[in-house]
Amino acid sequence: MNRRQFHKAFIGASAALLAPFKIVRAQSSKLKIGVLLPKSGLQGVIGQSCQKGADLAPVVLKERLGVDLELMNTDTETNVDTARTRAERLIEEGAHCLVGPFDSGAAAAIAQVAEQRGVPFIVNIAAAPQITEQGYKYVFRNFPIATELATNGLTLIKDLFNATGAAPRTAVFMHVNDTFGQANAKAIGAILPRIDPSFKVVETISYDPAARDLAVEVAKAKSTRADFLLLVSRLNDAIVLRREIVKQRWNIMGIISPGSPGMYENQFFRTLGKLSDGCISNVPWFDPKSPLTKAVDTVFRKQNPKDQLRFHALNVGYTFEAILVAGDAFKRARSTSAGALTEAVRRTEIKERMMIGGPIKFNAKGQVEGNLSACIQNQGQKPLVALPAASAEVKPVFPWSEYKRT
Amino acid sequence: MSFDFIGFLNIILSGLLTGAVFGLLALGLSVIFGVARVVNFAHGEITALAMYTTVVLFSFLHVDPFIAVVPVAVVFFIFGYLLHGAVIHRFVHRPEHVQFILLLAVAIVITNGLLITFGPDARGVSLDYLLESIEVGPFLIDRGKFYAAGVAVAAAAGLFSFFRFTATGTAIRACADNLHGARVIGLNVKRLYALAFGLGSACAGVAGCMLVVLVDLTPGSGPVYTLLAFVIVIVGGLGSMTGALVGGALIGVSEAVAGFFISPSAKSMFSFALLILVLLFRPRGLLGGRL
Repeated sequence: MNRRQFHKAFIGASAALLAPFKIVRAQSSKLKIGVLLPKSGLQGVIGQSCQKGADLAPVVLKERLGVDLELMNTDTETNVDTARTRAERLIEEGAHCLVGPFDSGAAAAIAQVAEQRGVPFIVNIAAAPQITEQGYKYVFRNFPIATELATNGLTLIKDLFNATGAAPRTAVFMHVNDTFGQANAKAIGAILPRIDPSFKVVETISYDPAARDLAVEVAKAKSTRADFLLLVSRLNDAIVLRREIVKQRWNIMGIISPGSPGMYENQFFRTLGKLSDGCISNVPWFDPKSPLTKAVDTVFRKQNPKDQLRFHALNVGYTFEAILVAGDAFKRARSTSAGALTEAVRRTEIKERMMIGGPIKFNAKGQVEGNLSACIQNQGQKPLVALPAASAEVKPVFPWSEYKRT
Repeated sequence: MSFDFIGFLNIILSGLLTGAVFGLLALGLSVIFGVARVVNFAHGEITALAMYTTVVLFSFLHVDPFIAVVPVAVVFFIFGYLLHGAVIHRFVHRPEHVQFILLLAVAIVITNGLLITFGPDARGVSLDYLLESIEVGPFLIDRGKFYAAGVAVAAAAGLFSFFRFTATGTAIRACADNLHGARVIGLNVKRLYALAFGLGSACAGVAGCMLVVLVDLTPGSGPVYTLLAFVIVIVGGLGSMTGALVGGALIGVSEAVAGFFISPSAKSMFSFALLILVLLFRPRGLLGGRL
C-alpha cells in the first residue's frame, strides 16, 4: 500500500465510522425556528400577542411530541422590507424553518426568500389567497384565505339565527374603508347571495377607521331602520361605534361581525365594560373543549399569569399551530435538512388540533382547507364560543337586550 | 331609503357642537399667530398632551374632565408661557422656515414622549353620563358633546372678554396691531408675546380636555389636530378669533352634511375641498383680518 492508497483508505474508513454519528446528531439536534412577527409598529400589539403563542410552543411540544425546538425571534416592525431582510438573516444564522408573520404583505415577501433559499416557511396568519397561489414549494399556510373567512362568517350568521329562532329581515352593512375592509366588503358582496341569507342588506356604509367621530355614520345607519348591524371593523372604531349606538339610542337586534377584529379584543372589554356584551364576532377561534387547548392554556397561564388565553385566541392559536406543524414534521423527518423537513411538512396530517376545523393537511398548493370559524359572543365581558354547538361555552343570545345604564 | 329629516337635523346639531370644540382648538392657534406671528406647528401635539393629562387625572385621581379643565388650562398656560420664554422667543425674528423646523421638532418630541410613556394603545375616559343623550322634542343631543361645546363657547367668550375689557388684553392687541407703536409706548413685547403663547396653549389645553370627552386618543393624534386647526383657521381667517370659531362650526357641519348625503368616507375630503375654495376665492379666509 503506497501513501496515496493509505490516505484514501483512511478517509474512507473515517467516513464509514463517523456516518452513524452524523445521523444520530441530525436526529437529536434542536430544530431552529425563525419566528417573524410585527412586534413593533402599527401591528405591534398583535405581533406581541402572536409571540405569546410562539413562546409557549416549545414547552407544550416538548411534552407532547418529545421534540426540542429553539425559537429565533425577530421583529418585522410592521414593515414588508424589514420582514424580507430579517428572513434572510434568520436563514444565514441557521434557522431550519420560518414561521410568521401576521400580515399578507410580509408573508408574500418572506415566501419569496424562503423559496429562493429552499427553507420551509409556515404562515401563521395571513389571508391573501395569492400567497399559496404562486406554485411555491416551500410555503405552507394553516389559515383560511379571505373568501373562506367570509364564507365561514356568513354561514355562521345563518346558524346563529337558526339556533336562536331569530328572524331579522334587514341589515345595514358598515365597514372600514381600508384595504382589509374593502376586501371584506367585496368578498361579502359576492358570497352573501350564494348562501341565501334570510335577511337583506339595505345599505352599505364605509367609513374611515381613523375617524374621530362616527356620529354621522351611525345616524345614517340608524335612518335605514335595519334590524341588525353587519360590521367589519378594526378595534378603535368598533369602540367608538358601540358608544355612538348607545348615545343615539339605536335599538338594534345586535351587532354581528362576519370575520373582523375589534369586538373580541381585550381593549374592547377594558374600554367598554358591560357595553361590550352582546356583540358577536364570527372568527377563527380555538376549541375550548380540545385537550390541546387545555394544555396550551396551562402553559399560557404559567407564562402570563395576569393574562387570559381567550383574549389572544386567534393569534396564539394559529401561531402555536404553525410551530406545531414544524415540530411534528421535525419529529417525522428526524432531520433538520430543508428537503426532508419540507417533505415532512407536505405530508402533515394533524387531527388533534387547538383551533376549530378539520385536520391540518396541506393540499398541493400548501394550503390547509377546512379551517372553520366560531361564533364568539361577548357575555359577562368575556368573548365566549356560542357556536358551533360542539365547542360552545354559552348559548347564543340574539336579539341582545338593549343597553341600560345601571 | 326615505329621507330622514329629523336625523339630518340631528347630525347638523351634532356637527355644530363638535365644531365648537374644534373652533376653540383653532382659536388657540389663531391667537398665537395673530399676536406672536409664530405659526405653531406643534399646536395639535400640545392638544394631545393636554388630552393625555386629562386621561391621567381621570385614571389616577378620578377627576372628571369637566372639572379637570380648570387645572389643565392653568398648567398649559404656564407651559406655553415658559416654552415661549425659554425657546420660541429666540426664534421670533428668524426666518419662517427656521420657526417651522423648531416647532416641528417640538411636535416630534411631544409625540414620541407620549408614545414612550403611554404606548401605542388608544386611551379615553369612560363615564356613564357620556353615553347619555338629552331629548329635546324630536332632537337627541349627545350629553357629552353638549357640555363640551358649552365649555368651549364659555372659554372662547372668556378669551374675547379678556382681550376686549382688560388692560393686558388691550396691550396684547396693541402688539398685534402695531409692534413698533407698542415698543414706542414702552410695552414689554417679549412678555406679552409669551402671554399670548400661554393663552393659545391654554386654549389647546381646554380643547384637549373637551376632546377627550368626544374621542379616544393615541400618541399619533397630535398631527391630525394640527392639520385640523390649520384648516379651520385658514377657512375662518388666519389671525381672526371670530373666524376660528366660525371656521370650526363650518367644518363640523360640512363634514356632517357631506357624510350624511354623500358618503361618510368622504367627510374629510369636504373639509379640504372647502379649504381649496376659500384659498381660491377668499385667500384671507371668510373673516380674515387682524386680531
